[in-house]
Amino acid sequence: MNKAQQSMAEIVKETYQTVGLPLLDDPKIRVRNANVFYADKQAIFDVNLDIGKNQVISMIGPSGCGKSTFLRCLNRMNDTIDICRVEGDLLLEDEDMYDKKIDVVELRARVGMVFQKPNPFPKSIYENVAYGARIHGLTDNKVQLDELVETSLIRCGLWKEVKDRLNEPATGLSGGQQQRLCIARAIAVNPEVILMDEPCSALDPIATATVEELIHELSENFTICIVTHSMQQAARVSQRTAYFHLGKLIEVNDTSQVFTNPEHQLTEAYITGRIG
Amino acid sequence: MNEEVMVGGHISRQFDLELDEIRSRVLTMGGLVEAQLDKTLEALREGDSEAITDVENLDRKVNALEMQIDEECTQILAKRQPAAGDLRMIIATSKSVRDLERIGDEAERVANMVQHAFDNDASVKAFKGLLSLGEHVKELLHETLNTYARMQTRSAVINMRKDQVIDEEYARVLVRLVNYMKKDPDNISDALDVMWAARSLERIGDHCINICENVIYLVEGEDVRHRAIDKVSEQLS
Repeated sequence: MNKAQQSMAEIVKETYQTVGLPLLDDPKIRVRNANVFYADKQAIFDVNLDIGKNQVISMIGPSGCGKSTFLRCLNRMNDTIDICRVEGDLLLEDEDMYDKKIDVVELRARVGMVFQKPNPFPKSIYENVAYGARIHGLTDNKVQLDELVETSLIRCGLWKEVKDRLNEPATGLSGGQQQRLCIARAIAVNPEVILMDEPCSALDPIATATVEELIHELSENFTICIVTHSMQQAARVSQRTAYFHLGKLIEVNDTSQVFTNPEHQLTEAYITGRIG
Repeated sequence: MNEEVMVGGHISRQFDLELDEIRSRVLTMGGLVEAQLDKTLEALREGDSEAITDVENLDRKVNALEMQIDEECTQILAKRQPAAGDLRMIIATSKSVRDLERIGDEAERVANMVQHAFDNDASVKAFKGLLSLGEHVKELLHETLNTYARMQTRSAVINMRKDQVIDEEYARVLVRLVNYMKKDPDNISDALDVMWAARSLERIGDHCINICENVIYLVEGEDVRHRAIDKVSEQLS
């Protein structure tokens, strides 16, 4: 570790309060004093953050800063990791997401997730989108289900491309199409929030632009949290940006401010390419 | 604030070099523009026509630098997608370079009018009445270039106040010229030239202030244009 890096670690160590505007009135998700541990190692320190309704918030920061860990707390994906422990208050519309009475499957229908690598089920295009609606019993008959599949694919801009081959395997689609199919699958169950963990990092620039456009359109109806390594992407798609560093939430501000005049020196150092 | 972080270079050293190059080119351009004004005042003071030729030659160099720096800023925007302080540096530089070029043009305009006065045996004396204003503008330009080189917001505000004094001096020059014209209608043609020259000097002051505002934007991220100086000063303190 060189001298400059050491001093950054020291700055993080001495940062106890997130700068900017991490809190909102009437948020969709409210997080207070969140701490996350992998066994004895603490990955997230005292995060306080509100996520606004029908807003896109992007989480940025160097590798290992905890942004993905934090994202996965928001629909209890960390439950699947035995050694992971989440503390603090994480509320979805004032409901405690970590309440023992909460049905996790239902929670994940309300808070959907799209992953870095497109992961369609090894089923047909149609079945990929219909799957969630079926297990959650969202439709009464085949006509309704057909309609839901069509609407979801239209909203993801995929309908025209796949309408004549709905019964073909989803794995035959291109990477960008597969990712949009995964987003269609996520929105088919009508979630309130969509979490996206680097959704474009495996896509080419054209497919990335299509997905970004989709994120913009979806934000009219959904709350979207996106983790991204691409700062330009964060600048393009989100209204608010949260900067994480070594497990701490350093700064949250309007995206337009973060990329022109960030408040915290670490945010500035990161987005100008002085730390990686 | 930890200095090490703020002065730490980019991971891409090439990017650091590109920014350094732009910075040093702006300062070179500033030096040339300063020399243009210096030569213009020298011509006025000494009645030296050669100095006027120098002003014109310098202008070609200034124009070429303006285009080169603009191109380099465009390349950085295209290749590096700068953010935060880097973005502000590119935007502020691109604007400041335009102001520097305009300062050079104004100096050249004054030089041409002085030349015209020499050629026509017109009242060079009336032009000499501009020397004091010219010296003050020169001082302001010098301080402005220092402000840019050192990125000092405090001196930017001081310069803004100096420009106010220059504006007052310009107003007094105008009154004097009007009286001169009233005295004898034959003076009108010469006095108008002097008036335009005075106007150019006053405009140089305004361009200096634009550059100072750009420095404040670069350093603080605050756009202080069209704001009262006291408010700006209060905000920065």
